Amino acid sequence: MADTRRPLSPHIQIYKWQVQMVTSILHRATGIALAVGTLVVVWGLLALAAGEAAFDQFKVCMGSPLGLILLVGWSWALFYHLCNGIRHLLQDTGAGYAIPQFVRSSWLSVIVSLVLVVIVWACVLTCGGAA
Amino acid sequence: MSANAKDLRNPLKRARGFGSAQSGVGHWWTQRVTAVALILLGLWFVFTVLSLLHADYATARAAVAKPWNALLLILFVVTMFWHAVLGLQVVIEDYVHTRWKEVVLLVAIKFLAVLGALAGVLAVLRIALGV
Repeated sequence: MADTRRPLSPHIQIYKWQVQMVTSILHRATGIALAVGTLVVVWGLLALAAGEAAFDQFKVCMGSPLGLILLVGWSWALFYHLCNGIRHLLQDTGAGYAIPQFVRSSWLSVIVSLVLVVIVWACVLTCGGAA
Repeated sequence: MSANAKDLRNPLKRARGFGSAQSGVGHWWTQRVTAVALILLGLWFVFTVLSLLHADYATARAAVAKPWNALLLILFVVTMFWHAVLGLQVVIEDYVHTRWKEVVLLVAIKFLAVLGALAGVLAVLRIALGV
């Protein structure tokens, strides 16, 4: 048998929350959310191919309060996953693993993603109306 | 543990006598390549959607029908589903510990992704070819 008396990591409840934990968890969570969002992209394309009535229905759904809340959420998930994904790609080269750099790049992912969401929705709102 | 200190293999693995699965790095590498592609395609998709915000049906359809847009959309849809499956696969492998549920989910996400990708590609082709 394999030796199972390996040290176990302490239960998560006694960990002090750190930004690195949050970015790691958010990367997975936003990835799952975006996987669901792929279906909306396909829905939009199918509606566009099906005809004007189907596409209008799609636009009404996306422009409804629930649709807009989901779209804001998905846009943030996309930008966060993008920013933090680029961070992970840079870390894959071996860069940025010193703890201060790691913490700084974690905050950078979160902050830049929020800035991008604000910019995109500012564009949407200044164009007048949404979806 | 083994009396032979030089042998670093897990005793259970030695008993089973299997070699490696031979494809360990393939998943990791494909996830990174699709990630890099999605940085470019994702940003292009966001810009394209923003540029079509208040377009009427005919304008939106004509935009998707342009050869470069159709090509990039097809690339985006395929890469998006590919990357989503690779990510969801890791999440399922990490958190679903009942073997049959794990296998069912792993197969289900692949079926769904192929279905979604082909539906999206077909929709773009219908628009681009005007059928």
